[in-house]
Amino acid sequence: MSDVAYQDAPATAPSQSPLAHRRIPRWAPAGFAVAAVALGCGIGAGAGLASRLQWGLISLLLFIGLTYAITAGVEGRRQAKDRVATSLVWACFVVAVVPLYSLLQTTISKGVKVLDGNFLSHSMGGVITTQPGGGVYHAIIGTLEQVGLASLIAVPVGLLTAIYLVEYGRGKLAKVVTFFVDVMTGVPSIVAGLFILAFWIIILGFGYSGFAGALALAILMMPVVVRSTEEMLKLVPNELREASLALGVPKWRTILKVVLPTSIGGILTGVMLAVARIAGETAPVLLLVFGNQLINNNPFSGAQSSLPYYVYEQYTNGNDASFDRAWAAALVLIAFVMILNLVARGIARWKAPKTGR
Amino acid sequence: MDIVNTSGEHPPPSRQPAVTRPGDRVFLGLSRGSGILLLVIMAAIAVFLTVRAIHAISLDHSNFFTTFEWNASLTPPSFGIAVLAYGTVVSSLIAMIIAVPVSVGIALFITHYAPRRLASPLAYLVDLLAAVPSIVYGLWGGLYLVPHLQGLNLWLNEYLSWTGIFHKSDPSSAARSLFTVGILLAIMIVPIITNVSREVFRQVPRAHEEAALALGATRWEVVRMSVLPFARSGIISASMLGLGRALGETMAVATVLSASPVLSLRLLDPVGGTFAQNIAAKFAEADNFGRDALIASGLVLFVITLLVNGAARLIIARRKEYSGANA
Repeated sequence: MSDVAYQDAPATAPSQSPLAHRRIPRWAPAGFAVAAVALGCGIGAGAGLASRLQWGLISLLLFIGLTYAITAGVEGRRQAKDRVATSLVWACFVVAVVPLYSLLQTTISKGVKVLDGNFLSHSMGGVITTQPGGGVYHAIIGTLEQVGLASLIAVPVGLLTAIYLVEYGRGKLAKVVTFFVDVMTGVPSIVAGLFILAFWIIILGFGYSGFAGALALAILMMPVVVRSTEEMLKLVPNELREASLALGVPKWRTILKVVLPTSIGGILTGVMLAVARIAGETAPVLLLVFGNQLINNNPFSGAQSSLPYYVYEQYTNGNDASFDRAWAAALVLIAFVMILNLVARGIARWKAPKTGR
Repeated sequence: MDIVNTSGEHPPPSRQPAVTRPGDRVFLGLSRGSGILLLVIMAAIAVFLTVRAIHAISLDHSNFFTTFEWNASLTPPSFGIAVLAYGTVVSSLIAMIIAVPVSVGIALFITHYAPRRLASPLAYLVDLLAAVPSIVYGLWGGLYLVPHLQGLNLWLNEYLSWTGIFHKSDPSSAARSLFTVGILLAIMIVPIITNVSREVFRQVPRAHEEAALALGATRWEVVRMSVLPFARSGIISASMLGLGRALGETMAVATVLSASPVLSLRLLDPVGGTFAQNIAAKFAEADNFGRDALIASGLVLFVITLLVNGAARLIIARRKEYSGANA
């Protein structure tokens, strides 16, 4: 590899040391980019291509080709490969940002159209789906209750499991639990929904309700809580535990009074992220809560709605007024999830565990 | 020092059996019980789904694995998963082919290429995007992506239709095809694969990279010779986690695909279906038996994702044992 570099160096610049090669100037990549974009737009406009994406792709290919050819000529093939790799990595980043930007931009611009106080404080009761009007109040109530119930079930179980794995778990049981917690993270939400359907509704004979949905959401939430709590408990320095135990404090009090308070910030962050994740789940709600146009404050009996379900329902209505409502509800949902995320990160920063190192 | 010396003069206290207090026993019982509860739930998922599925499959009048149509409400019922299995695998494969290289690229960008001041906000952004609910992707996919991919569809049909898979039977039909689903799934799993790969790239021992740099390697050579080999198994498991997500995705497929029981090798044709999409679509009109039939298809999906995720976790676990990263 280094042979190539050594061969041409003395020939091209005999007065310099072999370590200093001819380099293309620092502004060159920017120059290539401008040239490639200009050429790409020229070709795109000339050939009458309608899509700006195609113009962009042509420019990108031109840029990579140009960079490779010129760098290979001046600096050698290794440098050329390096530059091509750099541009490809940048391209990956840009390619990924475009759809994600478009997603957020579309949701926000279309969502604000009907999003107002009326939308947030009314249900769909008495609203004809093809007409504008109506709102998400019933769906927000449903989401809050289902997610709240799911958290009430999943957080204690998740916390205790994590405590078991970190503080007590040696031996086979802990290994098996760890493995299945990992596997459980990957259970598709619709399968969790089907399980509760088979167990709670078909076999035990309960009806559709917010609580049935909450059970499925709890199944999805548990492994996430276990995982994040486990990571946080592992960060607590052993010296703290030993100091407490050495003072004669029982282990369970050590855990409750020393270990948990030390890591509470991280644990809360994990819980909030888990809440954010299940708040957006649609499939279990579709199977178990069944959807409702009206306000149902009781999660234990009767069908409810939820924000993600509402988005899906309005989407399947298939008319412009419903699409507007779907976008607005999607915006509310994104805002809800993002706020939870930001709060979680805020907590994490504020109460970052001090590892003492 | 003093303490050590003075205690050395005394005979060591005789070892007493550790005191177990009732509080300890209760707490251990509770926490171990929660762990066992998780195992019980996993087992229950498998058992309950299997019980209902066996009931449904035993009454199925055609072969469960090779039948295309899903007519569980007929008498006699006739339904099968051939189209669903094909659609699930194909759409996830398309998603993987697009998402894995792009995600590795983004992860490399964040850890090795981006200006340092840009890197951590970017990582944060990717984290946020992983949290966007799938129904929002679905809504965007159904209303925005489908019309905007029509051009790409027609282009592929025009220039690549000789390959067979990119031949579009009816060029005027909407782009509600497995191909579009694959692209949407790719967009959805990019943040997940990126997050995990990024963590792996961070763990590459600094010394490996510095050694490569000291030998005169360019940045790409550093990545190719020290970063990627170290992170290979991590990338594989990250991809499999993404695959598991793509296989089980419901809403994004349900909103985009125009489903029909046709098994077509032509990816651009708006036909096909996936397990999760079929469950979501058929559930509303399903009677008791129809629900059992859907549970049977859900069981197949469960087993597939279980295998994929289990494999991913085993790879991660092996890597932890043999790499020097945690030493």
